[in-house]
Amino acid sequence: MSALLESIGYSDWALHALVWLPVLGIGLVLWVEEAQAKTVAFWWSMVVLALSLGLWWAFDPTQGGMQMQSTAPWIPGWGVSYSLGIDGISLFMVMLSTFSTSMAILGSFNYIQSRQRAFYALMLLLEAAVVGVFVATDVFLFYVFFELTLVPMYFIVGVWGGERRIYAAIKFFLYTAFGSLLMLVAILYLFWKAKTLLGFPTFAYADLLQVPLSGTEQLWLFSAFALAFSVKVPVFPLHTWLPDAHVEAPTPGSVILAAVLLKMGTYGFLRFLLPLFPVAAQHPTVVTTMLVLGVIGILYTAWVAAVQPDAKKLVAYTSVAHMGFVVLGVFALTVNGLQGGLIVMISHGISTGALFLLLGMLYERRHTRTIAEFGGIARVAPWFATAFVITALASIGLPGTSGFVGEFLALLGTFETHPTIAFLATLGVIFAAYYMLPMVQTVFFNKLETDENRKIEDLNGREMAIMAPLCALMILIGWNPTPLLERMEPSVRAVIERVEAAGVADAAIESGVRFVEAPPIDPEDPATLAEADVASAADADE
Amino acid sequence: MSAVIAPVIALAQGGGQAAAEAAHFEPFLPGLVVLLPLLGFVLNGILALRHGRDSAAAVRRGEELDLGDRASRPATHTLPTWIGPGVLGAAFVITLVNFARMFGADLEAPVIVHYWTWIATGTFTVEAALQLDQLSMIMMMVVTGVGFLIHVFSVGYMRDDAGYPRYFAYLNLFVFFMLVLVMGSSYALMFVGWEGVGLCSYLLIGYWFSDREKSDAGKKAFIVNRIGDVGFLIAMFLLFRAFGTVDFVPVFAEAETLVYAGGLVTAITLFFFLGAVGKSAQIPLHIWLPDAMAGPTPVSALIHAATMVTAGVYLVARSSVLFALAPLSSAVVAGIGVLTALFAATIALKQNDIKKVLAYSTVSQLGYMFVGVGVGAYAAGVFHLMTHAFFKALLFLGSGAVIHAMHDAYHSTHSHEDAQDMRNMGGLKTYMPITWATMWIATLAISGIWPFAGFFSKDEIIWQTAAFGGAENAPYAALYSVYWIVALAAAMLTAFYMTRMMVMTFHGENRTGAEESKHLHEAPAVMWVPLAVLAVLSVFGGWINVPEAIQTSWVGLFGALPTGEWLHHWLEPLTAQAHHIQEANLGELAHSAPFGGGEVLWATISTAAAAVVVFLSIRFVGGQKTVPVAQDETAPSGFGAVLLNKYYVDEFYDRFVVQPIVRASRFCWKTIDSLVIDGAVNAVGLVAKAFGWGVSMFQTGSVNTYAFILTVGVLVILGVAVL
Amino acid sequence: MITEALMLSAILFVIGTFGVLVRRNAIIMFLCIELQLNAVNLSFVAFSRMFGIEGQIFVFFVMTVAAAEAAVGLAIIISIFRHYETVNVDSFNLLKW
Repeated sequence: MSALLESIGYSDWALHALVWLPVLGIGLVLWVEEAQAKTVAFWWSMVVLALSLGLWWAFDPTQGGMQMQSTAPWIPGWGVSYSLGIDGISLFMVMLSTFSTSMAILGSFNYIQSRQRAFYALMLLLEAAVVGVFVATDVFLFYVFFELTLVPMYFIVGVWGGERRIYAAIKFFLYTAFGSLLMLVAILYLFWKAKTLLGFPTFAYADLLQVPLSGTEQLWLFSAFALAFSVKVPVFPLHTWLPDAHVEAPTPGSVILAAVLLKMGTYGFLRFLLPLFPVAAQHPTVVTTMLVLGVIGILYTAWVAAVQPDAKKLVAYTSVAHMGFVVLGVFALTVNGLQGGLIVMISHGISTGALFLLLGMLYERRHTRTIAEFGGIARVAPWFATAFVITALASIGLPGTSGFVGEFLALLGTFETHPTIAFLATLGVIFAAYYMLPMVQTVFFNKLETDENRKIEDLNGREMAIMAPLCALMILIGWNPTPLLERMEPSVRAVIERVEAAGVADAAIESGVRFVEAPPIDPEDPATLAEADVASAADADE
Repeated sequence: MSAVIAPVIALAQGGGQAAAEAAHFEPFLPGLVVLLPLLGFVLNGILALRHGRDSAAAVRRGEELDLGDRASRPATHTLPTWIGPGVLGAAFVITLVNFARMFGADLEAPVIVHYWTWIATGTFTVEAALQLDQLSMIMMMVVTGVGFLIHVFSVGYMRDDAGYPRYFAYLNLFVFFMLVLVMGSSYALMFVGWEGVGLCSYLLIGYWFSDREKSDAGKKAFIVNRIGDVGFLIAMFLLFRAFGTVDFVPVFAEAETLVYAGGLVTAITLFFFLGAVGKSAQIPLHIWLPDAMAGPTPVSALIHAATMVTAGVYLVARSSVLFALAPLSSAVVAGIGVLTALFAATIALKQNDIKKVLAYSTVSQLGYMFVGVGVGAYAAGVFHLMTHAFFKALLFLGSGAVIHAMHDAYHSTHSHEDAQDMRNMGGLKTYMPITWATMWIATLAISGIWPFAGFFSKDEIIWQTAAFGGAENAPYAALYSVYWIVALAAAMLTAFYMTRMMVMTFHGENRTGAEESKHLHEAPAVMWVPLAVLAVLSVFGGWINVPEAIQTSWVGLFGALPTGEWLHHWLEPLTAQAHHIQEANLGELAHSAPFGGGEVLWATISTAAAAVVVFLSIRFVGGQKTVPVAQDETAPSGFGAVLLNKYYVDEFYDRFVVQPIVRASRFCWKTIDSLVIDGAVNAVGLVAKAFGWGVSMFQTGSVNTYAFILTVGVLVILGVAVL
Repeated sequence: MITEALMLSAILFVIGTFGVLVRRNAIIMFLCIELQLNAVNLSFVAFSRMFGIEGQIFVFFVMTVAAAEAAVGLAIIISIFRHYETVNVDSFNLLKW
């Protein structure tokens, strides 16, 4: 396989193709007949998916840095470039995005009845944007893609959504835009700083990593970035847009939202927060705050989820709980924690995406999502019940499913550094059963009473084609996550090492030493420039 | 699954020599033991789904066939009948081969068969590997052997059930996870089995899911079990922090670097014990097991008596080294065990549901096992686990045969009487003699009457408890005296309530009803043969571990048995380290009976006392007048009511745990989430709106106003510029 | 000379301004605006005696713009009149919040 990919020069053009193929698809979808739009969009997304699978072989698992890099100037005057690349952190995010998009499109065949061409065009635009987010190695480009995801999502919720769709769409938009504008300010500050210190304008991620920042600066910039990403994740208490957006969004919108858009937040943590601001990222106050918020997210939203009458809202809240495990894993700042967080991201993408798809199928049959309306569905739809139970179990982290591996590693990693926090978070395991099992029971078990429920059809061929790969992945990753873990490990280790390199400073913060401004650097003088690299560490010594 | 069967790696605790010795033991396809039940699950699962689709179509057409309805007998019976028990039989045969090989090999160190790397993050590695040693071998024998018998029994018991293939699918999956639990080479892998069996327990308790009560019971079991699972997880995290691994062999090899009775090892063991408390239904997490009786009776026999619930005991026995290092934890284990033994036994005194009696009896007997492993008598605990698997599985299957007959009887007249209530039984001896005889054997065994299996295992536990308290430096010595006295009292209660159950079920007048009693019948051969096999095991199972001290007396048939304390010696390689730790810290255990007088005398007294209680119980219960449920108007009062209502523990939890959490959840949702957080968000929006509204007041729409303001503005600016 | 010209220009401008503020007829207001423009034009011409030809050139620009504006403005007023049958500006407050 590797040889085949090499012979077609795969690694030179694959990332570009993954970003631009969906964009080409938009034209195609808008051009064909309304009735064919969904078929065309689905097969087009399958092509993109197939293309992205090649990354598995093309990726070199021994390297921690960016791979398959390519760059071209975009706005040279400002140092903005169009540059792409992937590493172990983004590899699976890209594959998750293309996979989820295909499944979401396939799952929307019945759900979307009006303005189909526009809908599928937006789905493809969304795909291009999220893939762009994960492969961009230029911070400006990243920001453009990051914001671009809002546009199609806004319309998907606002046009094809439920009754309160306008409220939900605006809330979603404003919430996230609010966060990301602060990030834009921080990015510009970084740019300005880089220009002053390095002597040339640049937005390149690799260059910005070289910019020395004092501890105080790091804390401010960290806060701005963290706010933007925390809204996306979402971290408690910035989560209230999520239930509304999920409940109002059409099924495919919910799937992409849960499977991919939330991951952009935690991806941002890993890609930007930790490497760019290592000193701030291990400031005890920062770490404690993030960990505590993560734990609150796990326990609190589990409780809130448990009493929801609306099945979709329940699942939406569980997303916050799951992402809490990721936050925990990331800010544990251990290899296990980070790897666990990444697996939770993948696992949550698959299992929660699948839950939303299943709930969408249920809604198509019954036109309600109120849990109490159902009962005994397993009698008339055994395949449906089986798929749902498997997915629910993966979601609550039963060993042998992907959810367990992620949560276990995230908790293990957290326990290494913060046992008390990890202990509290482990209680989430109980509450996961507390919110999920009653829902499964009420919907699928108990007595089959009403005629409406009796008429519910089992999964059809198309729906089985959606659920089969999802369920297979949940179980496969549960039993053999090592191939994933070994591809992530070098990149994760690089992040941890970068943070630890700034660890000397960390010790100083703890002992109460105040930060001092970085010494002035003359960009003409290479000696001071080299010193700048270690400036943040040097803070500690003074 | 790239299950390339790797060459056997003998991980040696004692260096190269042990490795060489261990090499004598060649495992025979151990992976297949695990894989066969999984295969059975997959095949039966496919059959179940295909069958489910057909029955779903019938349900949709309006042909209401309730699950468990005898009228519908699907044609898809033949394959599951062969696959379900078949895979178990094959697994049992493979286990026997392995046992025979290990028996001859004199294995010193565990043999680990590696398959693939399950999790590897760079700093944490768990292999998907099976560990074969003396302890896992005993467990494998029990799981596949007793499991096979119960599968066979199920063929008869579940014959008329609408979900027959689904039942066998779940049952096979359970055995798969149980084998992972006992064969896994690390705590992490054990945890996979640990939660997996919990899942199967959930599915099987709620097997007749149309009944709300039954699916509630399944849910309750799962959630309560998860409370324990948290303990297991935390213990694993602590282990990882201490040793950087959760594999058995390296952990136990390095365990002694931990401080004896230190905080860390105490915390690890207490958290593990929390897991055990959940899984093995000990106080305070015992509440799920009686409810779990909602499942089909063979399930109760397999999962909730013979195998799954004993996983906690297995866990403590497996971690013997750690528990030996933590005397406080051991005291807690024994204390909870003895408390549970007594507590559950008292509840069992007043229950009328035959399965509830057995459920509380199981809880009580599990308590004994914990006493055993809590006082460092790990072999004794495992011994009782094994004998209990025989006689309690027998009791459950026997009760299943009774319920089966009762159900048929009531079905014939379309009566809706309770087929499980002993007040509706009585005099069944004449209708089902084989069941009666085998269940009496099991009752005598559990009551601790010589020469049945329970006598040896239970007496050994009580004896070891007393001996532990008498050790030179025993911590909390006085406590252990209380323990063994309470354990003895609970044993007497056991004899009483078990005899009561037998008398109410099989003796006296029949109370089923004149018409119904004509339809009472003995179980078919497919059901009574497993009963007979288990009865044989219940009689002779205890003889593998006759204490050497009494081997030559009448208790040990004057030395006629080929070996004394065989199980002790068999498990020696695994328990030696723990015993070594104990002896180093506690000094020599007092192996004599507490009041002197010799072991033989005490054994005689013990069995005589149990016999007296059985006799008294027969007289007392036989003398009482029992009336069928329909005519029973007496409500128990006083302490009897407390016992009947299980000390109101469920009510207590509902009131002080469940309801507060639900209320807090609602508070979080309605108040914090909707009101405070979303309120704040909407408030920000409102402020912006209000500001915009205020400023829009200038927007009069009148051209003149605009012109006037413009002019004034220009004049003001000019004025400022000039001045 | 220049003083007189500027005086006249100022008087015309003030008349124009008051006309815009006080009158309600759109046509009259429009004429007053033209008056203001022409007052400014007068100043430009007057100043061009002191500062050179640019002032006069600028007057042409103003006149051109004024002509264009008159065309568009009158067209709007006519269409409003067709709609409302009045050119009283108090009757139009569609832009009110």
